[in-house]
Amino acid sequence: MSYLAVEDLSISFGGIRAVDDVSFDVEEGEVFAIIGPNGAGKTTLFNLVSGIYFPDAGSVRFAGRDITSLPAHRIAPLGLARTFQNIELFEHATVLQNLLIGRHVHRRSTALSHLLFLPAVRREELEHRRRVEDVIDLLELAHYREQRIANLPYGVRKVVEVGRALCLEPKLLLLDEPTSGLNPEESEDMGFWIEDINRDLGVTVVMVAHDMGLVSRVAGRVLALNEGRVIAEGSPADVQKNPAVVDAYLGAD
Amino acid sequence: MRFLFKTHYNQDIDHLKHGGDRFWYGLLLVLVAAAPAALGTFYLGELNLVMIYAIAGVGLMLLVGYTGQVSLGHAAFLAIGAYTHSLLLGAGLPFLLSIVAAVLVSALVGAGVGWIALRMTGIYLAIATLAFAMLTEQTISRAEWLTGGFRGLAVPQASLFGMPLTQGWQHYYVTLTLLVVTLLAALNILRSSTGRAMVAIRDSEISAESVGINLAVYKTLAFALSAGITGLAGALFAHRLGYLSPDAFTFLISLQLLLMVVVGGVGSMRGVIYGALFIGFLPQLLAIARDTLPPQIAQAPGLEPGIFGLILVLVILFEPQGIFGRWLKIKSYFQLFPLYRRATHRRQKTYLRTERLR
Repeated sequence: MSYLAVEDLSISFGGIRAVDDVSFDVEEGEVFAIIGPNGAGKTTLFNLVSGIYFPDAGSVRFAGRDITSLPAHRIAPLGLARTFQNIELFEHATVLQNLLIGRHVHRRSTALSHLLFLPAVRREELEHRRRVEDVIDLLELAHYREQRIANLPYGVRKVVEVGRALCLEPKLLLLDEPTSGLNPEESEDMGFWIEDINRDLGVTVVMVAHDMGLVSRVAGRVLALNEGRVIAEGSPADVQKNPAVVDAYLGAD
Repeated sequence: MRFLFKTHYNQDIDHLKHGGDRFWYGLLLVLVAAAPAALGTFYLGELNLVMIYAIAGVGLMLLVGYTGQVSLGHAAFLAIGAYTHSLLLGAGLPFLLSIVAAVLVSALVGAGVGWIALRMTGIYLAIATLAFAMLTEQTISRAEWLTGGFRGLAVPQASLFGMPLTQGWQHYYVTLTLLVVTLLAALNILRSSTGRAMVAIRDSEISAESVGINLAVYKTLAFALSAGITGLAGALFAHRLGYLSPDAFTFLISLQLLLMVVVGGVGSMRGVIYGALFIGFLPQLLAIARDTLPPQIAQAPGLEPGIFGLILVLVILFEPQGIFGRWLKIKSYFQLFPLYRRATHRRQKTYLRTERLR
């Protein structure tokens, strides 16, 4: 049984089969990349896995559990975190608050005890803060800790979003285009962080990417999609040479 | 400019962050506690009203400013609190118990409204809450067997710890205490995971879901909290009015409450206080202005709601952060003098967001 098992997944929007009979398996501890031209259905696939959309057919199993019909807020506590291609941060909150919100699944106290802010709540808050500071250290965000997201440059927001996902202490991390819009230096940093997250924190990573350099460097296996269908799967080098993939990106002659 | 060296995470959690905070808030508390000695009956009554508005504003701010759910129907919760409190007082319940019951009943109704309104956002939610407020007003005026309808309902005399509450200063202290308690409770919520979940829902529902926040639960909770606190204000408001009738809780009151939150500064509890002061003393200003205006304008029907609406629009257009935002700007002007730049507080460009997923 693989860690994340996606089987015959399909969804249509109107007449368009955005994801069409897609199956793949991700093993625990690996970095798995999903590539494909624009509109191939990569983000839709992520939304299906993380419970934002529900599929018309097929199933998603995570750590031995069927999560196909679970809504997003019930998938997150199982240890699955994600980022968004276009950055979905809490704009009017600070970096620190954003990261603390990422700790939501680890809360133990009730709303009633929050009203009174009992000593147990304070202890819990301090514990959350320590965990958040670990993430801040890892991603070198200390400089931006108190700043509002709305005042941050794009590249930093991308990192904060990864940080927020890490605050869930996930077992599986879905990264939707972690390097899109970043300059070469920032992309390289992001590559190192993904390696660190995978190797040191032991988090399984599934990422959508356009940047083949990044994919070759960090990903063990690659899945190529086009028009909602799987067209190739294998090692980065193999997939890059696959004629169907070359066709999809460059068009048949 | 103050530089704060933090040595413990507790410093970020505490309400009062440093000695300056403790001094100024302490001074403020002493001043408001001493106010009855210095102020006449009329102004004490007005200050009492301002604090009642402030309590309702705290409730509405939690919903509008922190959870991002607009309500145009909070007069209904004010009414529910006021009527519940008066009826229970009349039935012989002690003052404090009756207040608690009023809060609980309002919170329960608020949870119901929030639950029904789950699928609605923005303008649709505003309309739904407006409809709820009208429904409540109608129900109160028709249920004559309970509320007396338009004949009205006399608010019974309350007594606290065996002491009848007859004097203005007694009501003033009751309101002041409850305002402080309410503010502390609201700030406690905001510094814990419940409050952060509310902020998350305000800023991005899809992300909130993805970090494990149950939207239905937290939206309903926010409505319940907000309604409960507004119900508390309603119970105090009942004593202020002395005589309840449905036309004391019209749309104009809902609009005033929203105006208070927006003018004060959305997303800050201090803004609530500024907004309450503004709303509380605006009618006095209008009354003074009326004397100097030509009678065609001064006697025109709908002058007050018109002016309220106009102020709401102007504030949203020119100072979306309200009085609190303006205060922050003035403060940083002096802190950074002469280096202040207007761009410091200008909203940065929002990058592309996935609207279709909301």
